[in-house]
Amino acid sequence: MTELPTDDVLTVRGLTKYYSGGSRLRGGRHQVRAVDGVDLTIGPGEILGLVGESGSGKSTVGRCVTRLTRPTSGSIELLGQEIGNLPERRMRPLRQDVHIVFQDPYSSLNPRMTIGDIIAEPLRQQGLRSRLERRREVEDMLERTGLRAEIRSRYPHELSGGQRQRVALARALIRRPKLLVADEPASALDVSVQAAILNLLLELRQALNFSCLFISHDLSVVEFISDRIAVMYLGRIVELTTRERLFTEPQHPYTQALLSAAPVPDPIVARDRVVLTGELPSAAAVPSGCRFHTRCPVAVDRCRTEDPALTGVTSADHLVACHLVDPVRGGPDITARSAHADHPA
Amino acid sequence: MSGTTVLDVEHLRVTFATEDGPVLAVKDMSFAVAPGEILALVGESGCGKTITAMSIPGLLPAGGVARSGTVRLAGRELTSLAERDLESLRGKDISVVFQEPMTSLNPAYTVGKQIVEVIRRHQSLSRGQALDRAVELLTLVGIPDARRRCASFPHQLSGGMRQRVMIAMAVACDPKVLIADEPTTALDVTIQAGVLEVIRTLCRTLDTAVLLITHDLGVVAEVADRVVVMYAGRPVEQASVHSLFAEPQHPYTMGLMDALPANALRSRSRRLTEIPGLVPAPVDDPDECQFAPRCPRATERCRTERPLLRQVDDRPDDHLVACHHPGREASRD
Repeated sequence: MTELPTDDVLTVRGLTKYYSGGSRLRGGRHQVRAVDGVDLTIGPGEILGLVGESGSGKSTVGRCVTRLTRPTSGSIELLGQEIGNLPERRMRPLRQDVHIVFQDPYSSLNPRMTIGDIIAEPLRQQGLRSRLERRREVEDMLERTGLRAEIRSRYPHELSGGQRQRVALARALIRRPKLLVADEPASALDVSVQAAILNLLLELRQALNFSCLFISHDLSVVEFISDRIAVMYLGRIVELTTRERLFTEPQHPYTQALLSAAPVPDPIVARDRVVLTGELPSAAAVPSGCRFHTRCPVAVDRCRTEDPALTGVTSADHLVACHLVDPVRGGPDITARSAHADHPA
Repeated sequence: MSGTTVLDVEHLRVTFATEDGPVLAVKDMSFAVAPGEILALVGESGCGKTITAMSIPGLLPAGGVARSGTVRLAGRELTSLAERDLESLRGKDISVVFQEPMTSLNPAYTVGKQIVEVIRRHQSLSRGQALDRAVELLTLVGIPDARRRCASFPHQLSGGMRQRVMIAMAVACDPKVLIADEPTTALDVTIQAGVLEVIRTLCRTLDTAVLLITHDLGVVAEVADRVVVMYAGRPVEQASVHSLFAEPQHPYTMGLMDALPANALRSRSRRLTEIPGLVPAPVDDPDECQFAPRCPRATERCRTERPLLRQVDDRPDDHLVACHHPGREASRD
């Protein structure tokens, strides 16, 4: 933000992705605004956590950034080059710089290919290296991801979930991308395996020095792994700041509600919750004004009509999209109504 | 203890016959749940928690399943009951809430009709009376505008609302035991908080015994009264929720807790504690501690003698652990 855009590995401005939905038979075509104006930057070697509930558009952002889908509008700059609207043909050579790891390691690996072939595929696709060199690089990636070399000739179904996710990481990183998009990479795994994958991701980042857009619904995972965190709600980022700040002084009422709702693995922590009323509105009918006003416990009239911009009110690196944030007092305290404020673990 | 419990499971053992030989899904499970109590069954995938729970109302897949041990509901033995008798029991005395509410509701009928069907199957009420009861139940689980919602089809409801409908249906006939299998795993955190609240309130007001199956220690801390931690088909630790979280005794329980990002953050560590190794394949039942190959403090004794569930010195009477070297201290050497 204060840095020049060219320093950043990824700069996203005004990103939107609309899908048209509804039945044509019933005459009701409507637009689903999955991503509706997202700005974010990721610096070199930085992990940006993107957190939000289902339907918030966080995975769509990941798919746009990796150009698995073409955004409706907005700009995506990867290493200073605009890729938002590049045709697939011109996108292809740039794909070495951005890779993605998905949530489900069962469905993202081809069951009929050996692990060695799966990991080598990004090289083979672009006709790089000789067979022997590819084999050497696969072995190097296996070692880096903590897998035994013999696993090369195995098939995905012979591996455990954790091993498969290691393979997915090896494949994603074999071309040394500058940006890795990790979409819920540990959510389908048991906690003990999840711990190993998160540790591995941090180790690999250290060794290979890539930036990462880490998408997750799990606040504690995002808090653990991220340098900065963006909170998404209904297609927009509502708060973006450093990890420490987000958890110690969350400003947006939605962030506060999200933190308060997360179960804490400690039965002694007071069970005071800010339970949000109402439901997540449909992305096909985004509320007017601030999109959170329908569920916000502290909304005022202005919130119903005027869409708040994502700006730094209390400081330049604490961005929040809420009318009620005060430069001196900070964000409105939605927990103030209950006797004691919820403290994040 | 047996005087106050409504569900008693003793030495439950479930074996599946597969092409590759028998799979010992549950090796030896014993626990009891009292009315108005929430007992959480915790463990990682494949530990046998769901099989344990589903064998109580006889919902295991047909064919090739061998079950031994006793399951008593208010003193009545269930393992020897015929399928017909079990059928009249399910939904009335025992009900189940599954993880995925969309697949457990019939998409072709309104939710009102589906709740009415459950009520009328077990109670002699007229259609109108049953519908009134359905509205009452939906209000009870926190669905606003319940009468209008009765006319909704499942696809018109959000995930959280569907799960509330499932819970309403499950408690429609005032069951003695409610089995909730990962009831909030498919839901967002803000929705999860509300659904857990409903389960806890119902458990207290209706005096239902709740068996909660979950992998999430956060959820356990949130709602459970007592906890059974499972590993490889056996209970490894059993305690009140406060005792378990304050002083976990089994190295596996400690491993699970240390692996949580929330706990790494608390200790300001930038590295999560892993549990090395893999869950053993459920093909045999050796006379040893099954966690020994992954355990940092395993000794020769662990590899030759299976530890029994027992009380440990400085813990409350109801804190049991199956380990030869229990306690926090032992891990610090």
